[in-house]
Amino acid sequence: MTRALIIDDEPLARLIVKEYLQKYKEIEVLQECNDGFEGVKAIQQYQPDLIFLDIQMPKINGFEMLELIDQPPSVIFTTAFDEYAIKAFESHAIDYLLKPFSQERFDKAIHKMLDQRAISPVSKISEPLLEAASQTPPQSQRIVVKNGSKIKIIPVEDVFYLEAADDYVKIHTKDGAFLKNKTMNHFEQSLDKTLFVRTHRSTIVNIHQITRIDPYEKDGHIAILKNGAKVNVSKTGYVKLKEVLGI
Amino acid sequence: MFFKTLHVDFGVEWPYALGDSLASNGLLLVFCILVMINLRFYNPRKGRIIHLFALCLTVSSIWTAIVRFGLAVIFSDEHYLDFLDHSMPARFYMGFLITGCCALISTLWYNQEEQKENEKHKMDAEKMARDAELFKLRQQLQPHFLFNSLNSISALAATQPQQARKMIQQLSDFLRGTLKKEDQQLIGWKEELQYLNLYLDIEKVRFGHRLSTEISSDPEADSMLLPSMLLQPLVENAIKFGLYDTTEAITISLTARKENNYLVVTVKNPFDEETSRPSQGTGFGLHSVQRRLYLLYARNDLLSTEAAESIFTTTLKIPQA
Repeated sequence: MTRALIIDDEPLARLIVKEYLQKYKEIEVLQECNDGFEGVKAIQQYQPDLIFLDIQMPKINGFEMLELIDQPPSVIFTTAFDEYAIKAFESHAIDYLLKPFSQERFDKAIHKMLDQRAISPVSKISEPLLEAASQTPPQSQRIVVKNGSKIKIIPVEDVFYLEAADDYVKIHTKDGAFLKNKTMNHFEQSLDKTLFVRTHRSTIVNIHQITRIDPYEKDGHIAILKNGAKVNVSKTGYVKLKEVLGI
Repeated sequence: MFFKTLHVDFGVEWPYALGDSLASNGLLLVFCILVMINLRFYNPRKGRIIHLFALCLTVSSIWTAIVRFGLAVIFSDEHYLDFLDHSMPARFYMGFLITGCCALISTLWYNQEEQKENEKHKMDAEKMARDAELFKLRQQLQPHFLFNSLNSISALAATQPQQARKMIQQLSDFLRGTLKKEDQQLIGWKEELQYLNLYLDIEKVRFGHRLSTEISSDPEADSMLLPSMLLQPLVENAIKFGLYDTTEAITISLTARKENNYLVVTVKNPFDEETSRPSQGTGFGLHSVQRRLYLLYARNDLLSTEAAESIFTTTLKIPQA
């Protein structure tokens, strides 16, 4: 038995997936979700094998939703957007259905999914997909984090600085600190380079938050932020910082 | 070369030959550079050959004269001065030849540069026009709206064929309206409202219970005119903003009234104050409307936005003739 969720904000778009699924007795739809929030909740609750996922949805998009799940199920994207198609095909999402799609095209996706499950029953979403996912939109305007059972959307302007913390990145904001299961490199790539500077191996700083930069120890510097926090600035970080600040 | 010719072939003493060649060649070099600079900044279209000829003639005459009197001042050897006088015509021809070559080469060079520049400008302009055209086409077609609507129709076809047929009708009318309208055309508010209603009805089918609309239109506004296709991007913006920024059901409200000699239309949509920055992200839709208003009326104060208490309001004022 394959247990599935449909996550799409348009009721008729969910209806057609359900209709196309009718002939597959071995696939059970556990729940339909209106948006990414409901999606995250339902995935945690049911641990489904498969999700049908729209991309453009209220508050958080399909890609952002996937980022919030530790062990995402197999994904079939259903969307009218073809902008992400190449990325998705390069990655290992089971399939990418462009709306409107036919029963035949849908069947193909289902068979692909069934074949893959036959090979490895616990088919996990691959890293490349998550990487592709997290690169959209190209320059993140916001960061989506999970805070307990709540989901928080942080506009990037509200971020003070980011700090490496083992396998996580700690995001310091005006509303406190949040952890996200990502790498520093990921944030260095996805954040606006005119606003955020990687000042050190373990820190990325919002330049608008800096009030002062002081020399520190031999070659290093230390940046003092508006909220009083002090962050390390390495030799190369200092060069980058000066470049961005134009000093 | 020049030095060798003077010294060996004409038997001029070597200090004289050296001084002579340094002075005349150096001076000639300076004059050639002057000619090049002149041609760089002044390159006449008509009578170019005559201009070049006159320029070279003048320059080489001046050069010859300076060489003659300059050298006579520096060197006072009679034998040498005699030689100098005799060599004047040859020097003049040589100067004329060299400046002529310089002038010709630099004219050709600068012409080519100019042509390259012109071509680049032309290509840039063409590319911009093409991009604008493409953008306009894409805007008109609104692929996301179209494909999502078609997907809804596809879903309805099996279970509610009557509803599907109705939606095909609405979508066709809407698309026909989009294709027919010209940018510059003015249309009556009543007609524009009907067209907007088509659009809103389709969106309501797509989003079901989440989207509702409130429209209040002053009868006085019915006959007032506005540029076609101006309001639809604003409404589209409001729907996108409203629907994708909250997870609750939303109401888009639209009002139209007459105020002085203006048609005033407002569009309101809810947004989430915590996560949105409407002040920054006025969106491309609003920007292009602003631009069109400027092109039509040469005014920047006809479109305004306001965000308060989780409601985003866009106000559009259209001057009436």
